[in-house]
Amino acid sequence: MEKFEPVIVAFCCHYCAYTAADMAGSQRLPYPANVKIIRVPCSGKVDALHIIKAFEKGADGVYVAGCLEGDCHFKNGNERAARRIAYVKNYLEEIGIESERLEMVMISAGMGQRFAQTATEITEKIRALGPSPIRTATAL
Amino acid sequence: MITAERKPLEELIEFIRPYKRILLLGCNECVTVCAAGGRKEVGLLASGLQMALLKSGSNIEIRQHTLERQCDPEYVEELVPMLDGAEAIMSMACGCGVQQLAGRFRDKPVFPAVNTKFMGASERQGVWAERCQGCGNCLLGVTGGICPIARCAKQLMNGPCGGSTGGHCEISDDVDCVWQLIWDRLKALGQTERYLDIMPAKDWRPAGGSGPRKIIREDLAE
Amino acid sequence: MKTESRLEKILAAGHLAVTSECGPPRGALPDKVREKAKYLKGVVDAINVTDNQTAMVRMSSLAASTIIKQEGLNPLFQVTSRDRNRLAIQADIIGAYALGIDTMLCLSGDHTKFGDHPMAMNVHDIDSIQMIQMVRDMRDKGIFQGGAELKGAPKMFIGAAANPFADPFELRVMRLAKKIAAGADFIQTQCIFNVEKFERWMDGVRAKGLHKKCYILAGVTPCKSLGAARYMAKKVPGMDVPQAIVDRMASVPKEKQAEEGVAICVETIERLKQVEGVAGFHIMAIEWEEIVKEICEKAGLLPRPQV
Repeated sequence: MEKFEPVIVAFCCHYCAYTAADMAGSQRLPYPANVKIIRVPCSGKVDALHIIKAFEKGADGVYVAGCLEGDCHFKNGNERAARRIAYVKNYLEEIGIESERLEMVMISAGMGQRFAQTATEITEKIRALGPSPIRTATAL
Repeated sequence: MITAERKPLEELIEFIRPYKRILLLGCNECVTVCAAGGRKEVGLLASGLQMALLKSGSNIEIRQHTLERQCDPEYVEELVPMLDGAEAIMSMACGCGVQQLAGRFRDKPVFPAVNTKFMGASERQGVWAERCQGCGNCLLGVTGGICPIARCAKQLMNGPCGGSTGGHCEISDDVDCVWQLIWDRLKALGQTERYLDIMPAKDWRPAGGSGPRKIIREDLAE
Repeated sequence: MKTESRLEKILAAGHLAVTSECGPPRGALPDKVREKAKYLKGVVDAINVTDNQTAMVRMSSLAASTIIKQEGLNPLFQVTSRDRNRLAIQADIIGAYALGIDTMLCLSGDHTKFGDHPMAMNVHDIDSIQMIQMVRDMRDKGIFQGGAELKGAPKMFIGAAANPFADPFELRVMRLAKKIAAGADFIQTQCIFNVEKFERWMDGVRAKGLHKKCYILAGVTPCKSLGAARYMAKKVPGMDVPQAIVDRMASVPKEKQAEEGVAICVETIERLKQVEGVAGFHIMAIEWEEIVKEICEKAGLLPRPQV
């Protein structure tokens, strides 16, 4: 079997994680090309449907990156996002997808290093988990 | 509004396992407001079912649609052109919507995707609580606007019972003693003497005791 | 006199009445009922027969009451509105009276959540106050709740419960007033451990003259052990067991706790005798019926008066 390269979707808040990704780039910090970044105006904007659709379309992992606790540009969008992630994790288990494939992370705009490190860690975790069961089933 | 909660995915999968093409139907009214069966929940469920079935090796077509009101025949009629080829319908509306579909499309199996819970109100974002049992003879006018039929665990019309503690019901600290609420409200309204009136045994006929209920407005009925 | 009830006769003659209770067995064991009743023979004026108490299925209170009646004792037939609608309740009342049972207690009943059938429907077609009204109308007007005439009216001496310790306290006297207005002839209270609070409640009762409109039997319970005291203090809704009682039970060695529980109970009775408006005592010795005689002896309540 050829080497498994996971597809990971990262919903990144414009005010923090997305800027951190930019910073990682300008600092030439390497992070895996597996991570596909989608810029969102706030982590609270990420709907359960976006996450579920990502898995349905073949993502092996999804994470939502929002601002640090108390730092949300829209007051509490990141807290809402965290609650929603917990809810979707349960739904994933119901469907039969390991809930570890979905994470919520918090990264500030200045944390280029942390962005790169998180992207690497999550990629490695998903690589270890193997392809999503949906991707496997679709390939059959 | 009428509140509902989605059934476990496992139960829903069993309903649709024999079919290849189903129509998943949401409703834009109450179940949308309580985030159980609106357009978004239809999308979530369709993806969830699709993925769960894919895992077990079956591939089905799930068409999605959300009606303005499933409990209204005018809107249900919209579905006629959409039903071509659909072997079964799964409804995310309350039990009224499900039955409206089953009554209209007699040759199609119709399955409920939600458990209809109660008539309630929103206490805060994401929290709904029972407020009315539709007893057909509203007594809120004499109970300070708070209903003992819907909100007392023993439906006491002359409460509170001996289990009221610190404002809570004996069944759970999460449940308010409705008679404490009624009493507080009567005090605030300066109507404490009302408490002494004995509420007589209720006539349950308007509450459904005499069989299924119906309202006929002669001026509107066709 | 409204009825032939022995309890009414005792109370009307001005004696301090004594009642106790007997929980029917969880099975078809008539001898168990007889055994429990035997302990109470000549000790109390009436024996409360509980109706699926704590929402656990037991022999019906009507059947157990009948067995007690056959033994020559006076059952006090308890009826809750939890398990039966008004048809069934009225039918049972007529049936009970036809079998010689003339004293009853109207209750709403513990919620099914606490019992062994939490999945069962709570009926509550009527509440306890509406039940009192219904029984009074059956007796005094000779009519069913639905309004039809009733031949052979059951002459029931009608009891109700009161809990001075539940919240809101300010409603507790008013709710008693409602029960009396509905037709309650006598009241049995929740177990009294907090005597001060009971006295405050009785102040309110006397201020409204309610003690002259119905007989109030003060409820007492002997603690069999420290564990029992703690359980009642923490787990039973609407019970008020002051820490001082728990501490006192804890202060004696385990083998002396039952004795201490009896001593506390007797002292409570002696203190309650001083409270104006207390017409008697309801001794609830749950699964400990054999101790009632000793309590009555020590509290000077024996022999029972002949009426």
